[in-house]
Order: sequence, then structure tokens, then C-alpha cells
Amino acid sequence: MRSSSLILNTAALAIVPLQLMFSVFLLLRGHDEPGGGFIGGLVAASAFVLYAFAFGARSTLRLLRVSPRDILAAGLLFALASTIPALLSGQPLLTAHWWQFPLPGESYLKLSTVLIFDIGVYLAVLGTLMTFVISLMEVRE
Amino acid sequence: MMLLAVLSGFLMAFAVPALRRFAGQHIGWLLALLPASLTVYFASLVPSISRGEILLIENQWMPGLGITLDFMVDGLSLVFALLISGIGTFILIYAGSYLKGHKDLGRFYVIMLSFMASMLGLVLSDNLIAFFVFWELTSITSYMLIGFNHEDEEARKCALQGLFVTAGGGLVLMAGLILLGFITGSYSFTEILASDLQIQEHAFYTAATICILIGAFTKSAQVPFHFWLPNAMAAPTPVSAYLHSATMVKAGVYLLARLNPSLGGDALWSGSLMLFGAATMLTGAYLAFSSTGIKKVLAYSTVMALGTLTMLIGVGTELAITAFICFLLAHSLYKGALFMLAGALDHETGTKDITKMGGLRQSMPLTAAITCLAALSLAGLPPLFGFVAKELMLESLLKAPAWSLGLLVVAVASAMLVVAVAGLVAIKPFFGEVLKTPKQPHEAPFAMLIGPAVLSLLALIFGVVPFVPAGILLDAAISSVHGAAVETALALWHGVNVPLILSVVSLLIGSLLLYKWQRLQPNLCALNTAGSRFGPEAGYFRFMLGITQVADWQTRLLQNGVLGIYLLILVLVTFGLTGYTLLTRHGFELSFDFSDGYFYEFGIALLLVVSTLFACATRSRLGSVASVGVTGFGVALIFIHFSAPDLGITQLLVETLTVILLVLVLFKLPPFVNLSSPLERYRDLAVAVFAGIVMTLLILAAMDIQFFESISSYYIENSSELAFGKNIVNVILVDFRQLDTLGEIFVLGLAAIGVFSMIKFRAEDQHRP
Repeated sequence: MRSSSLILNTAALAIVPLQLMFSVFLLLRGHDEPGGGFIGGLVAASAFVLYAFAFGARSTLRLLRVSPRDILAAGLLFALASTIPALLSGQPLLTAHWWQFPLPGESYLKLSTVLIFDIGVYLAVLGTLMTFVISLMEVRE
Repeated sequence: MMLLAVLSGFLMAFAVPALRRFAGQHIGWLLALLPASLTVYFASLVPSISRGEILLIENQWMPGLGITLDFMVDGLSLVFALLISGIGTFILIYAGSYLKGHKDLGRFYVIMLSFMASMLGLVLSDNLIAFFVFWELTSITSYMLIGFNHEDEEARKCALQGLFVTAGGGLVLMAGLILLGFITGSYSFTEILASDLQIQEHAFYTAATICILIGAFTKSAQVPFHFWLPNAMAAPTPVSAYLHSATMVKAGVYLLARLNPSLGGDALWSGSLMLFGAATMLTGAYLAFSSTGIKKVLAYSTVMALGTLTMLIGVGTELAITAFICFLLAHSLYKGALFMLAGALDHETGTKDITKMGGLRQSMPLTAAITCLAALSLAGLPPLFGFVAKELMLESLLKAPAWSLGLLVVAVASAMLVVAVAGLVAIKPFFGEVLKTPKQPHEAPFAMLIGPAVLSLLALIFGVVPFVPAGILLDAAISSVHGAAVETALALWHGVNVPLILSVVSLLIGSLLLYKWQRLQPNLCALNTAGSRFGPEAGYFRFMLGITQVADWQTRLLQNGVLGIYLLILVLVTFGLTGYTLLTRHGFELSFDFSDGYFYEFGIALLLVVSTLFACATRSRLGSVASVGVTGFGVALIFIHFSAPDLGITQLLVETLTVILLVLVLFKLPPFVNLSSPLERYRDLAVAVFAGIVMTLLILAAMDIQFFESISSYYIENSSELAFGKNIVNVILVDFRQLDTLGEIFVLGLAAIGVFSMIKFRAEDQHRP
């Protein structure tokens, strides 16, 4: 069900990508600055909710490409996967691991199990909220 | 190696589906290779054990909790391990033939192998906790085995009864084991047995002993818990043959024997063992005599045997322990054989009722011969091993330090009845006039006879040369139960002495009873039916009924489906308890100090109050949702004002999404109707105000109570050093307290699935015509 408001539809098309980019930005910078997986997931979810209000639940599902429940499951799997390195090296569960990769120039790419976990939180929050919203909207349609 | 030996049953269970496709009809033979090789492995340990060594194989399991998978092999556990794997071999072969073509044969083997592995773990565990885990595993797997014919309601009921009794006893046992660990300061059997601590003098000794006894009595079907065992005969015969000969029901006896050196010697221990053991022995023998189903007869004679074993541990002299081990071995051999033979009879004739069988010796000569041999051992006649065991038992009772005469009378009475029972099993079906059975009887297949044949022959060999098994292993087993080295001189023939005379008397009276059985049985049966109304089983049913009634009553009271009541109870209980604690621990202390407040802080507070009041007062749903939203944004403002940007952002986003979700839900609700009376609304108002006051007081109190040193400084100092992050909130979420977050996102997932299924299924219901 498409909204009849032209302003909403046009604005949504412009705002949704920005919001999504912002959510990833929040996710990545979360370790040092305000942000993180939880907030990032909420921002991403509100982006899709905005899209859903403008263009309806069906088109949102098409935009997501996968069912929100799969996003949720993927999030939980990411979170669990972040525990594997600690298990493999025989440390207590959930011990954080860090890897640094040198990049061209004087910078480093810092990756960690913490980041993988945060991505899991991001996806789980997004998946949960989208499950709520899409289910509720679909009943209405 | 030992770890593999114990756990191989579980591993093999996983392989059953694949193996079944590969081996087809002959899967029984294939799977029997596992217990057969286990038997060989355990037999290879015999020489060192018979020298009096105790093997201790250490495996870590949960070192943080002091729980290990250590295995301890001494005479007692090795006898059990050999019986479990040896009889298990024949049972698996037997079951392949007995359940031939059964659609769930694969499932049967999966559970059977798991059960065998649990049983091995039980008798070999050195750690009390691991022992308990295996103990409960046997309860669960035997539940599934007894209820194997799960389409039969009776089988399900009996299985559940067995589970309730044994698992209920298991819970009590757990308390007992923990108390024991507390008394001795160790959770290892070896250490407990080796310590020279005076356990009997400890304050917890009585409690620990009673708990352990209840656990063992429920498992080993002692009076008054004996009723589950005959009901467990709803299981297919291979299961009965295994569970009730050497395994499941012997687990309780094993525990008693295992702990005898430590807990024994006390009047409480020996008194209750002798009392309950003797009562069980007589009850079992009598009930066996008065039953007609061949499996029931055997089941009750198992109850009798378990009573005898318990009683012998209670007597506790060196002679009694010798009798205990011999009786244990003899019973496992003949009972395993007889159950398998009973299954063969049932399989070939189509009935379990011995009154309907007769003259089968012509059509089933081999079965008849083996049955007679095993029954001779049951009756305790020479030259079978059962005779050796029974003579030892009578002799040890004669020389018992206490209650000698009473126990002897009970034992002789039971012996008479058992002679009659053995006759019922061996003579009634096979001799006399030929009776017509539902199926045309013919000889049982080889796979069903090999087990009973080998077991009966062993009983014969052990009977003729009892000093051979004694020298090989039994002495070691007797020593480990007695707690001191023992050397026995077993012989078949001891000359004419008092036990022999008692045996002859019981044989004569037993034969007379058998002769009169046809006339006695209906009367006894009527008596039993009348008595069962007051028996322990009736108590069990009344207890179970009581549980459902209480559950029913409290569900109607607390979970009546009205959401408002749920909320009311939740809020009242939570804030009632919190308020009570606050009042008693802290008391009222109200101190307001607004002097350092800024005007915009008061502004936010005012906004919060007004929007909350509006949300309560308005009759428009949209209005109340919006004003709740305003409250939320106000809280976000407070967070930002007190420099918690992360919380502020989260609060804003959550608030936005909540309002959106609520609005979506609003469309589905029926029009607003006022269902509650004014009185109810005043009650709700009072509860709400009460909760608000308690919460406010709690927050005010929290400002100046500090039970522990605040942990914030630790986070602030270590956030960037240990976790390489400067945003402390996020570092706490994803690193310091990652486990909490992990749990929380799984709760999120559950909530999503719940909402999804609730909405989806309602929608589908509505679409249905």
C-alpha cells in the first residue's frame, strides 16, 4: 500500500539511503564515539520503517531482499560466531580478539571479534524491529 | 580408552540410522559387536583388579566447578561393567530378532545404546556429580524405553510413572550426594572411601543417609516404591530383560554397595536396609506368586531379589557381603535369561498369560530346556549358582548380628514362594496337557535363544565351580563392598548344615504351593485387588491427582486470562516486596534539595508530569500514545543534559519506534469501551500511586545507599587499555558485559518470533472460512 503523500514519498527516497549510511557510520565508530550496534540498528530500522510508511510493507520486503527474520537469525549467528576465536584458542568464552592489517599510508585496519559481535547486535535489532513492523503492517493490508 | 569405552554407546547411537540402512535385518548382530568388544576390554582389566588394585582414570570435565569425568574401576564396578556389557551384547542380538520388522527398530537401538552407555558411566564414575548425571540419564532413557510403544496409552502411563518415581527419587538423591560431598569435603568416591573421617558422627549424616536411601530405594524398587517396576513391563521384552536383570534397577543397589564402607556400620543405615530389604523381599515373592502374566511374575521376583540384595548390605557382615555379590551375579544371569525366554514364549505363542500355556515342551524343546536350567537357579537348587548364593544368604542371616531370627523367617518364607514361582515359570508353560495358544507355537529363532543359553550355562558352570569366578573377580568385588580385603572359599557342597535343611524345607513347601497354585491364585488375586486400593500405588495416583488439582486451582486464580489482573499481581508483588525491603532495611528518609537546580531542569520535569497526567486522563488512544512519547523524549532530554549521549540517542530512537509500533497496533484494536467499574479503577489508581511512591523512594534511597564500591571507575580506567575503546557505554555492551548483551539479543529474537507467530496465526485463523 503506497502512501498518497508525494512529499513523504519523495523525501523518503532521499532520506532512507542517508539514514542507512549514517547507521553504518554509527556502528563503525561506536567503539570510540557515541554510537554502536544497538543505536545503529535502531537508525537502520527507522530508515526502513520510513520507507515502509511511504511505499508499503511489500515493497519494503523487496528492498530488504531477505525476510526480517533471516536478518535477525543472521545477527544472532554473527554474535555467536564472534565467540569462536576465543574457543579455538582455549580462552574463556567471549574473550575479545583483535587483528590489525596495515593499509597503504600510515593507517591500520583494525578488526576484532567485538566488531563482529556489534554487527550481530546491529542485525538482530534491525531484524527484530522489522519483524514487528512488517508483521503489523501486513495484517492491515 | 576408558572415556571412549563409556561414551562409545552414545557415539554408536548416532550412527544407528546410517548403520541400519547398511546392515538391514542384521543390525542387531552388528551393533552387538560394540558391547561385545567392551566386554573384552573390561575383561582385560580383570587381572589387575583381582590383584586388589583400583584403577583411576582421570578426565577433566568442568574444572571450574570441580566436576570431573574420572572413572574408578574396582571389583564392584568391574562386576557391574562386565554384566552391563555382557548381557547387553545378548540383548542387542535378541532385540534384532524380537522386534524384527518393527518400524521403530532404529529408534529402539538409539535409546538402548544410550541407556547402556549411561549405565556404564553410572557404575564407573568416580565423581559424585558425574555419577548423578549418569543416574538421571538412565532414568530418562529407561523412560523412553518403557514407553517405546508410545501409541499405547497404558505404556505411556507406565513409563511416566517410572520416570516420576525414579526421577523424583533422583532429586532427593542429589540433595543426599551434595550433603555427602559437604560432609567429606570431596566429590570423589575414591577419596570419600579412602578418608578415615567419622562420617557417622557428622551433624548432617542422618539427613544425607536418608536422602541417599530414598534415591536408591526408588531406583531399586524397594517397598513402598516397588509398584513402578512391574508396571514397567509395558516395555518390549528385550528392555525388561536388560533393565531388570543387571542394569537400571540394580543402580540403586550399586549405590548402596558403593557407599557401604563409608556410610555403613551405623544403626540407621543397617536398620533401614534390613527392614526395607526384608519387607521388599517378602512382598515381591508374594506378589510374584499371585500373578499370572509371565512378565509380571518375573518382575515381582526381581523386586524380591532387589529386596534380598538390600537386606544383605544391611546385615553387612563379611559373609553377608559375599552372599550379596554372589546373589547379584546369580540373579543377573538367571533373570536376564528368564526374561528373554519369556519374550520368546510370548513371541511364539502370542500370549503372556501362563494359565493359557501348557505342554509347550514338544513344540519348543530347546526353550523348555534352557528355561528349566535358568529356573533351577531362580529356585536356588543345586548345582546352579543360585543355590550357592541362596545357601550363603541363609548362612549369613543365621549369623547376622541383629534381628537374625526375624530375617531368617522372612527369607525362608520368600524362598518357599520363589520355589513355587520358579515352578510357575518353568513347569506350567512347558509340561502338562497341551493348551491352545493364539499362535501356533514353534521353536524360537537362534538369535533369541543364544543369550539365555549362554547365561544359563554360565550359571551352571559358576554353580559347579564357584571358587573360579570368586578367585577371578568376586573376591575383589566383595572386598570393595566390605571395605577390607576378603578371601572367600566358595563351594557348591558344604555338607548337611542348617541352611541346607532350611532349603529342603522351603523346597518341599514351595512344591506344595505350586501344586495348589491353580486353586490359590484366584483368591490371592481377589485379595490383591482389594488391597490395591490402600497400597502405595493408590497413594501415587492420589498424589498425582492432587498436583493437577492444585495446578488447576492456582491457574484459575492467577492466570485467568484477564491481562489487567496479571499486571496488577506483577506490580503489587514487585513493589510490595521492594517496598517492604526498603522500609525494613533503610526506613523513610526524605530530603529534598532543589537549590542547585536550573530552571530548565524544572521545565523538563514539569513537561514529564503534565504529559504523564494527560496520558492517564485522555480518552483518545492516539492522544495517550503521543503523550507517552512526549514523556519518553523528556527522559531523553534528561539523559542528554547529564551528558549521556549514547543513552539519549537510544532513548530518542526507541521512543520514536515505540510510538510508530503503538500507532500500528492501534489500528487493530476494537473501539474504546469502558469495561471496568469505577471501584476497579480506583483500586488500579491506588496500586499505581503506591508503585510510583515506592519507586520514587527507592531512587531517592539509592542515591545515598552504597553496598558495594562503584564499578564505574574500573570501567573508566580500563576501557581503552583492556578493550581498546574510548566509548565506555559501548565497550561495556560489547566487551565487558558481552554475555549480558548476547542474552539480550536472544531475548529480542524470541520476542520477534513471538510477535510474528501471534500475528501470523491470528491472521490465518481469520482468513479461514
